[in-house]
Amino acid sequence: MIIVDIEKNLNVYSGLDVLKISQHFENGSITKIQGPSGAGKTTFLKIIAGLIKPEKGTIVAGGITWLNTEVKVNMSPQQRKVGFVFQNYALFPNMTVQQHLRYASNDEQWTDRLLQLGKLEAFAAQKPEYLSGGQQQRLAILRAMAIKPKLLLMDEPFSALDPDMKSSLIENLQQLWKELGTTVIIVSHNPHELDGIFQQELYIHSS
Amino acid sequence: MPLVLPPSVLGFYLLLAFSPQHGIGKWLHNAFDVQLVFSFPGLILASVIYSMPFMIGPIKSALQQLPVSLAQASYTLGKTERQTFVHVLLPNIRASLLTAATLTFAHTLGEFGVVLMIGGNIPGVTRVASIAVYDAVENQDYSAANGYSIILFCITFITVISVFVFNKYKAKSPLE
Repeated sequence: MIIVDIEKNLNVYSGLDVLKISQHFENGSITKIQGPSGAGKTTFLKIIAGLIKPEKGTIVAGGITWLNTEVKVNMSPQQRKVGFVFQNYALFPNMTVQQHLRYASNDEQWTDRLLQLGKLEAFAAQKPEYLSGGQQQRLAILRAMAIKPKLLLMDEPFSALDPDMKSSLIENLQQLWKELGTTVIIVSHNPHELDGIFQQELYIHSS
Repeated sequence: MPLVLPPSVLGFYLLLAFSPQHGIGKWLHNAFDVQLVFSFPGLILASVIYSMPFMIGPIKSALQQLPVSLAQASYTLGKTERQTFVHVLLPNIRASLLTAATLTFAHTLGEFGVVLMIGGNIPGVTRVASIAVYDAVENQDYSAANGYSIILFCITFITVISVFVFNKYKAKSPLE
């Protein structure tokens, strides 16, 4: 189980907002996060991944303290090793599709399986600039899955996919998450995108 | 500081620092029997100190222009800062890297004040092309000065054109 209890000041146009979240996530569960733009959804994901430090709070994952601001414990993103799908994909322009996956993992069987799952085998030697938006987004998802994460954080991960591709990819990903026992937290603006998939929903709004 | 100091001033202070009678120069001389003043290695070291800011500035600015999420993505894959720098950041600024290296080289090639101060003008040891041009003009040997100048001009011209062509067709990352 992952227990998160954090407080982070957000600089917004109107002044200062406070993002305050106290939530737990069951192992292997899928959580959908919603909320207005600028509410702090991406910031929340980055705090869990260790990419942003909150002013106050604790994060405990599987009994291990990742963050405790009172006793100054703050594990690095490398130690937390959380799968992260960035909203802007954050693909490496110098690497091909295959190199992205090999950079993340040495397990060739696993990366080949991911390539197949994302229907990107034919584009294995292409760099991101030659891929369509949907292909880039799939690559970002596959790269995050390459490390076989126990926790996967996804920021608007299906926004560029067509409906058929989206449903087939989600179905295949669910199978992988089940195999790995991955806990998944997905930020989505689309109200019906994950219907029937998530077990809990979290609405984020800063105060 | 090397960026704004007159080269002769920088050269003068380096001459003092490298001198076998003082500080670092004395220590190098006593400990390793190395003499930097009026020697080719000393001339290279002084040129590196003088030209380094011309290299660091463009590279720093290219790194700052890369999206932060690139490094963050690499960290979430478990990669260290060093691995991220070598495999993700550096390859994505290679055009800037090449441009900075080449322009710094071209700039150093024509340097005068620092190399004259540190190297003197010892034929076969520390006489560099830019000083040779000056020497030839002072001796009214315009034909030799013209020869040296044409060689310097050609090297610089070819270098700059090569970088321009390479960057245009080969090296550039979409983020640069």
